Amino acid sequence: MSSLRILVGVKRVVDSAVKVRVNSAQTGVETANVKHSMNPFDEIAVEEAIRLREKHGKDVVQEIIAVSCGPAKAQETLRTALAMGADRAIHVKTDDNLEPLSVAKLLSKIVGEEKPSLVILGKQAIDDDSNQTGQMLAGLLNWPQATFASKVDIKDGVLEAVREVDGGLETVSSSLPAVVTTDLRLNEPRYASLPNIMKAKKKPLKTVSPADLGVDIRSRLQTLKVTEPAKRQGGKMVASVDELLDKLRNEAKVL
Amino acid sequence: MYRSTPTTATLSRVQAMAGTPSLLQRSAATISARTIATASRAKLNTHRRQQHQQLLPLVRHFSVSHAANNAEETLVEREPRETMEYDVVIVGGGPAGLSAAIRLKQLAAKEDTEINVVVIEKGGEIGAHTLSGACIEVGPLEELFPDWKEQGAPLNQPALEDHMKYLTKNHAIPLPHPPQMNNTGNYIVSLSNVVKWLGEKAEELGVDVFPATAASEIIYNEDGSVRGIATNDAGVDKEFKPKASFTPGMELHGKLTLFAEGCHGSLTKGLIRKLKLRDEGKFQTYGLGIKELWEVDPAKHTPGKIIHTMGYPLDYQTYGGGFIYHMEDNKVSLGLVVGLDYKNPYLSPYKEFQRFKSHPLVSGLLKGGRVLSYGARALVEGGLQSLPKLFFPGGALIGDTAGFMNVPKIKGTHNAMQSGILAADSAYKAIVTEGLGEEGSKPIVLSGYEEAFRNSSIYKELHEVRNIRPSFHTGLGIWGGIMWSGLDSMLIKGRVPFTFQHPHPDHAMMEPAAMHKPIDYPKPDGEITFDILTSVSRTGTDHAENQPVHLRLADKTIEVRENLPVYDGPEQRFCPAGVYEYVDDEAKPGQKRFQINAQNCIHCKTCDIKDPAQNINWTVPEGGNGPQYVDT
Repeated sequence: MSSLRILVGVKRVVDSAVKVRVNSAQTGVETANVKHSMNPFDEIAVEEAIRLREKHGKDVVQEIIAVSCGPAKAQETLRTALAMGADRAIHVKTDDNLEPLSVAKLLSKIVGEEKPSLVILGKQAIDDDSNQTGQMLAGLLNWPQATFASKVDIKDGVLEAVREVDGGLETVSSSLPAVVTTDLRLNEPRYASLPNIMKAKKKPLKTVSPADLGVDIRSRLQTLKVTEPAKRQGGKMVASVDELLDKLRNEAKVL
Repeated sequence: MYRSTPTTATLSRVQAMAGTPSLLQRSAATISARTIATASRAKLNTHRRQQHQQLLPLVRHFSVSHAANNAEETLVEREPRETMEYDVVIVGGGPAGLSAAIRLKQLAAKEDTEINVVVIEKGGEIGAHTLSGACIEVGPLEELFPDWKEQGAPLNQPALEDHMKYLTKNHAIPLPHPPQMNNTGNYIVSLSNVVKWLGEKAEELGVDVFPATAASEIIYNEDGSVRGIATNDAGVDKEFKPKASFTPGMELHGKLTLFAEGCHGSLTKGLIRKLKLRDEGKFQTYGLGIKELWEVDPAKHTPGKIIHTMGYPLDYQTYGGGFIYHMEDNKVSLGLVVGLDYKNPYLSPYKEFQRFKSHPLVSGLLKGGRVLSYGARALVEGGLQSLPKLFFPGGALIGDTAGFMNVPKIKGTHNAMQSGILAADSAYKAIVTEGLGEEGSKPIVLSGYEEAFRNSSIYKELHEVRNIRPSFHTGLGIWGGIMWSGLDSMLIKGRVPFTFQHPHPDHAMMEPAAMHKPIDYPKPDGEITFDILTSVSRTGTDHAENQPVHLRLADKTIEVRENLPVYDGPEQRFCPAGVYEYVDDEAKPGQKRFQINAQNCIHCKTCDIKDPAQNINWTVPEGGNGPQYVDT
């Protein structure tokens, strides 16, 4: 099998355990002083890249590159990816709000430079739940895509993936290069051990800007307002079917 | 059998007095209270002594089996772990640990030498497990960074006005506040954010800071000196078997290991026991601090205002008090500290805090606001009398894990930082200047640190106030304490030849449920007061699934066999995170079983302190687990 280079995209998001609240200006979620970590689906993506290398050997999987688009602190997320086993990292530095289309454009430019055979992304980020970047990237590159992957393997230069779809599991195969987005059951990510965290500090990390890549990252969406969901109301007990119909018709107005 | 009638009569008389704050009338009440209470107090002391003596052999027995318990619960086959060598290993990334690390690097930079320092912290990031009021003195911070303001340290709200109030159910009576409670020059801060900033400074200076890393074991040399610590194995399932993601822990060795785990550190408690750092019969005493951070209506917000309260909701026999600090940005930090030497097993510190919030003084402030964070942490109350030996071959104790909190001032952060600085000075001298601690040579003994401590401002402070907290231990409860404290803080200032002792450890102070009546706590209203699980969700606490339960029971039957019938299961009440429950046992109908919801734990350490059977052993879970405090 010819050698592969794998590109993995990682995003720094608010940690899944944090109880978020809307900021006072109602423009978004309060992120100051709040714990951030790598998007859980991206951890699975990094883990899968490393498992492919462990399975097929360093001759086949030549290099694993981690990429992140975001502010300066995104470097911490890249260091985590390096500590898990990625070889080098690229940081596309910007403080602007990035939409999935912008990220897909940035990644497609990086793909053009680094020429990986496989791009693995998390299926969605837990802060915006967009579930768009992987699909848009495949579209921009005109590459095949295997999204919601719960099993990934490469046999003789052919990608074989099992996708989790509404009806069950779908097995697809495609030529390389291809884009894969990871779903929860793909693997359980490893812990970055202390010596690896130390070694990660010495691995190369390159910083570029969107301008360097020639990508316009202007937002196409404007967030008007962010509010908390309505508080759960208590349920009401009804005494008879007639009362239920009455309430459904006149109060809930669904009949 | 102790009869409660005499003291209830006293209580009602005393409470009646509370409406009229004349000092003369209060002292008249307490004098007559003393005569009545003497007989019953004698009986009570006998009971407590007997209980303490009954428990002592129990405690010793369990301390042995704790070690045995842990040994058999680690993996059977232990391959040698990877090690990393440092000059100084610091366990705990709080004010003390980070101050020590920063100081070491600053000394090295000044003299153009090198010293390798590592700080490991169990919280997911630095500051994640840090919780405090807090109104801090800046002396030690200025010693480390004279230009802390220019460097952007998050101390933005100076303390501007001090108030002290005695609360009854509906009123707030102003009290004169003792001189040490004067906060001029201090700052109201989120300690978590200050610690985060210290963490960044430490990293800039070249300290290796590893958050999400839990130290679970102390590594000893053959001669009993401390060599370092080991981090816990990750990827172990509930049955202690390795999972696919198993990653063995690592050993961090240092010429010196500084323990900065905070109040009742999990490694420190074993260390003190094993190396006998406390004299027989000496112990630490504690309080539990529970707090919330609120964003209030700007019209009600007075930045820089500090209120300390005594009285309601706690009765005269329970030490404790409330605090309300107005921070910047319409934020208010408020909470209740309850002395963990309380006797009534029906007391729930969490619910007392909810009652505190429903007092008109507090609820008026909070109405129309929203709650941002909740958290709780045990704090040290023993003072000078409870300090262990601060150093031992190969290491030392700094910060609250030793216990430098000045209880009357309710400030411990500055002393913790100062102790870190003193230990660092002594450590630097030993390792760099004198070149001690090299491989194969004798372990470093940091006697210079203890000496520096005795000559320091920390010692002076603690010596002056040493009799204040213990003065609350008499049958007169808070009235005796207030009387003595007033005298001591205004006039005597600790200049007496005697030192009051703490009569019994906190866990031995709890009385059987039969001696008390259940407290009728009001239901939460969902606006100002909340149920415990809602509050726990505001700590951001999370523990990875399928890992060993970190709260270990030495004897799995004692809770149901003894704690439930004798004390009515106090664990369900003293835990501020709803970890412990007595639920119906499906296997044995009609009986209860003890359930541990370990994932709710917010690492406050109260259970380890207050369990009357001393059966619960708090061990450290996987690194990165536990609360994610924000702005606390």
